[in-house]
Amino acid sequence: MMIHTTKGSLDEATLARTLGFEERPREFVVWIEYRLGDELVRRDAHVIMKDPGVVATAIAGEFA
Amino acid sequence: MSNVSGMCSSFKSEILKGIHALGTSVVRAGTGADTIKAALYLASASRGAGDTVYNSTGEVAGSGYTAGGVAVTNATAPSTSGTTGIWTPSASIVYTSVTLAAFDAVLLYNSTQGDKAISVHNFGSQTVTAGTFTLTMPVHDASNALLRIA
Repeated sequence: MMIHTTKGSLDEATLARTLGFEERPREFVVWIEYRLGDELVRRDAHVIMKDPGVVATAIAGEFA
Repeated sequence: MSNVSGMCSSFKSEILKGIHALGTSVVRAGTGADTIKAALYLASASRGAGDTVYNSTGEVAGSGYTAGGVAVTNATAPSTSGTTGIWTPSASIVYTSVTLAAFDAVLLYNSTQGDKAISVHNFGSQTVTAGTFTLTMPVHDASNALLRIA
C-alpha cells in the first residue's frame, strides 16, 4: 500500500515501521514511525483522551 | 419532603444548547448548531482558561496545517447525564498529511460566534511528520465528557 511520506508516496512494504505507546494520566498516546533506511519519513500520532479534566462547577446561591 | 437549593440539571445542558440568554444575547442566523473549530498550539504557548477568543499567537505552523485548525464534527447535542451537563464532539478530530512539531494543546472555539473560546485541552507534547494527528474523544458521560458542567 502506498503511503504519504516526506519523500512523496512510498510503498509501505519498503519502510521499517515502529509502533510506540505511552499512557499518561489524561490520555493514551500511540505513534507510528516509518523509516527509509535511517531516515524518518513519516510519523503519525494518535492521542486518545481519557479524562480531559475540563469541568465547570455550577453553584446555586442561597439566601443567608 | 423539603425544598433544596440547586442548579437545575436540565439548565446545565440547556446553557450548552444556547436555550437561555440571561444577558444581552446575539441575533442568530438559525436554530442549527454553531460551527466549532479546533486549533493546535505549541508547547511553548500560553493558552488557557483566560482565553476569550481564538488567538493565533503560539499556534502551531507547518506543512498541511491551516491557521485556525479544523472543524469539529458535532452531531451529538449537549445533554444531561445524571446532574451533569455534557458535550463531546461526535467524532475524532483529525489533521491529515501534516508536519508539526512540539505541540501539546488544542483550543476549541466557536467559529460561528466571532471565534469565541470554549475550552483548552492539554496532552503530552507531540510531533507529526508527513502524517496524521488524531485526537480521539473521551467517553461521552458525566465522568469523562470533553465539556462538563457539574
